[in-house]
Amino acid sequence: MSLPAASRGATRRPLFEGGDWTLDDLQSIHDAVTAVGVGELGLDLYRNRIEVITSEQMLDAYASLGLPHMYRHWSFGKRFARQEALYRKGMTSLALEMIVNSDPAVCYLMEENSATAQATVLAHAAMGHNHFFKTNRVFREWTHADTILDYAEFVRGYVARCEEQFGQMAVERTLDAAHALQEQGVDRTRHRRGSTVEDERRRLAARRRYQREHEMELWRVVAPSDPVVGQEQDPDHEAEERALALPEENVLLFLEKQSPVLKPWQRELLRIVRTLSSYFEPQRQTKMMNEGCACWCHYTIMHRLREQGLLTDGAMLEFLHLHSSVVAQPPFDHRGYSGVNPYALGFALMRDIERICTDPTVEDAEWFPDMAGNGQPLETLKWAWSEFRDESFVRQFLSPRLIREFRLFRLDDDAASDVYTVGAIHDERGYRRVRQAVAASFDPGESRPRIEVTGAALRGDRRLTLRHTVRRGRTLDALEVRRTLRCLGVLWGYAVVLEEVDEESDDVVATHRSEEA
Amino acid sequence: MDVIVDRRQQPRGKNLGNRQRFVQRARAQIRQAIKDSLKDRRIADSERGETVSIPRDDIHEPDFALDPRTGRREHVLPGNREYVEGDEIERPGGGAASGRAGSNEGEGEDSFTFELSRDEFLDIFFEDLELPDMVKARVASERVSLPQRAGYTTDGPPVRINLVQTMRKSMARRVALGRPGAGAVAALEREREALVAGAIRPADGRSPQARIAEIDEALERARARRKRIPFIDPIDLRYNYFRRLPRPVAQAVMFCLMDVSASMDEHMKDLAKRFFMLLHLFLARRYERVEVVFIRHTQHAQEVDEDTFFHDRLTGGTVVSSAFDEMLRVVEDRYPVQDWNIYVAQASDGDDWREDVPRCRGLLAERILPLCQYMAYIEVGRDPSVPGGLVPSAESELWRAYASLAVDERRFAMRRVDSPRDIYPVFRELFSREGAGA
Repeated sequence: MSLPAASRGATRRPLFEGGDWTLDDLQSIHDAVTAVGVGELGLDLYRNRIEVITSEQMLDAYASLGLPHMYRHWSFGKRFARQEALYRKGMTSLALEMIVNSDPAVCYLMEENSATAQATVLAHAAMGHNHFFKTNRVFREWTHADTILDYAEFVRGYVARCEEQFGQMAVERTLDAAHALQEQGVDRTRHRRGSTVEDERRRLAARRRYQREHEMELWRVVAPSDPVVGQEQDPDHEAEERALALPEENVLLFLEKQSPVLKPWQRELLRIVRTLSSYFEPQRQTKMMNEGCACWCHYTIMHRLREQGLLTDGAMLEFLHLHSSVVAQPPFDHRGYSGVNPYALGFALMRDIERICTDPTVEDAEWFPDMAGNGQPLETLKWAWSEFRDESFVRQFLSPRLIREFRLFRLDDDAASDVYTVGAIHDERGYRRVRQAVAASFDPGESRPRIEVTGAALRGDRRLTLRHTVRRGRTLDALEVRRTLRCLGVLWGYAVVLEEVDEESDDVVATHRSEEA
Repeated sequence: MDVIVDRRQQPRGKNLGNRQRFVQRARAQIRQAIKDSLKDRRIADSERGETVSIPRDDIHEPDFALDPRTGRREHVLPGNREYVEGDEIERPGGGAASGRAGSNEGEGEDSFTFELSRDEFLDIFFEDLELPDMVKARVASERVSLPQRAGYTTDGPPVRINLVQTMRKSMARRVALGRPGAGAVAALEREREALVAGAIRPADGRSPQARIAEIDEALERARARRKRIPFIDPIDLRYNYFRRLPRPVAQAVMFCLMDVSASMDEHMKDLAKRFFMLLHLFLARRYERVEVVFIRHTQHAQEVDEDTFFHDRLTGGTVVSSAFDEMLRVVEDRYPVQDWNIYVAQASDGDDWREDVPRCRGLLAERILPLCQYMAYIEVGRDPSVPGGLVPSAESELWRAYASLAVDERRFAMRRVDSPRDIYPVFRELFSREGAGA
């Protein structure tokens, strides 16, 4: 390890011996890990709220997407049932930890973990992920760590109240439909300011007041009404204004604002699904970096603890075993291969940056002139962690050496052809193309269809028109489109048409219609 | 400051609500899956949950997904060994895109597997089965009375005050009587202070003193009014009201009668056992209290515990009526007819001492059936997979005698069972909602 901190002699007593631990042990492990993470590495952290939980509670956390509170919906029950079945049969093991991007960061530790595993996951999640959540630009811009826990609780209560008032069936029907459009509920190009829970409450209260005042004479007489509320809630006025802002890529937002048939509470449900989808978006965009950062942190911190004499030989061996299974990358023709392992690639990239900063080769100097040999690995890493997302990070930092190490190659897959073609391999000619392809493969925007609302006949037959921009000839799965359009129909209330238009030729490749159309 | 919390002791089942919603949604398919899996199921298994696989149709969550069989894509893979740029690799499965797993083409092809808990399983397992003749379901020896909400009253102990209702009344009264709010008074006071301090002057050009006098008067009026009209008046008070309703505890006793003479082989006993267990599970779901009495008989009958009932071997002749005598004795002894719902399940291979058959029929018709809710007789046959049965499925004497009873007796049903796979269908038939028996 080449870390700036001076190595101390191995004179201190180990934190623990053997695999068992008590809560006191956990506290001292946490203190030691924090001492390295914050004291030596200078990580910038949210407060941690570390919770020891059972496997069943971990399954719960899985089902509610990691948030401590989640509204009730059958799909979470399905997720739970699925995970439980797999876990009971021993087909998958559960994650050792899980951390919520919130302030304080809620960090779940499984009770089954050995003491070594607890130390590792504390360094991994409570240090690595936590630092990443707090400092990474994507997270800073897209999520509000300080309010998400309150918001989740608010949402849970809101959905429950809706179920009470309008019936479980009606709520479920709306949520089902909204869930189908989750991916189309994120603003990719421009970012809108998120709101705090207080804002949410105020907005809801205004919505309720508006409704109340328009339905009940008495209220208008008794309570002085707020004239601003009436204006901004005028649906026609809003519709006209927003209709000009087409095309709109955020389909859920569009429906929330424009749908002619939704009730106020349904619009609120759409907003909830949209907000949560946006909350999870940064995790999709930075999966690899986030894990790479966390793995680098646990690797570095555990080695520092070892140098300080806080870990026994046995614990260190157990850690290395754990670590190497996490960052293993089986080759593509191996039985255990299931895609490029984001942990492996992420960790390798972080280590590689460290190497380039301290011990660059001629090749590195040529590829990374700014960074090679700058002698500041930690600063460089922190800068990378804060400023990039997976796709741009790969574009910037994937070195030829790493491409060789992973023996990466690009396979071109044209559905019209009987064979795959090898497009590029780890050689001089191929580096940039391989890097390009790796970057694209980590870009959620590339793998998701690009769908926009292009027209809404608010005055005529109220037909809603969507366009899928077909890139590289990749069209939508017709069956799925049919099902999803059914959901759209529920939310729009009138006919919905989806056109698939080829990006280059502008030809309409396919047209799908909802049943009403 | 970081905190460490031990949450392991917190209540489980946070996902129960989601799970119920999920099971509810997939109910039709789960029912079908259970039906399919029941044929060779061991009854003992129903004590546990069940792994079921259901088609994905109804629980599918659609989205706009790209069709993997179209267009041009680039994959990046690790671990290249021999390929160089431009190499062509045969598509696995061969042919253009044909070997690829279709994402969702062919609905329901892909199935979803998960575990049902015991309760969920039994719930669906016994769905639309009903106990015939529940006349005495309300009869019980123990009556418990439970509080039940019954609206609001204007009087009650302080712990029962309903704040929401009370405040609602209070607010309506205050609005109706025009009690000035604290805010209005405070505003007047602020204005007065400002006038006194000379910070503001009346806008209409009057002297501050005139305005102060006016305010003083208004303040006095407001304060007096506030004093006269209390914030909460005793007439606003509302209390939750509970009524105690007596609720009967339905209880049932189930008599298991079985022939254990030498002619009953292990296979037959096993069949009988499965039937008894099903019945017990079923009763246990319908009644809060179910007691089971095991009576075995050869030429003598005795009440025994469960283990002895199923496992102890006895030899001897067969006198079926002895079991009925024993049962009547037990009923008289411990289970007063007016307090208990009595169910009888009898299993036998149909053998009986010839002279005893008429007596059996008589006992059954005159004494047993009148006092019980329902009686099921199953005649177990020899294992059909073992050849060489002595009397191949000829009707037994007992069967013939009972059959004449079954014709016009709603409370009595009889079926023949040869193999474990018959048990559940027979059981369903006996208790199906349309009405069992003849």
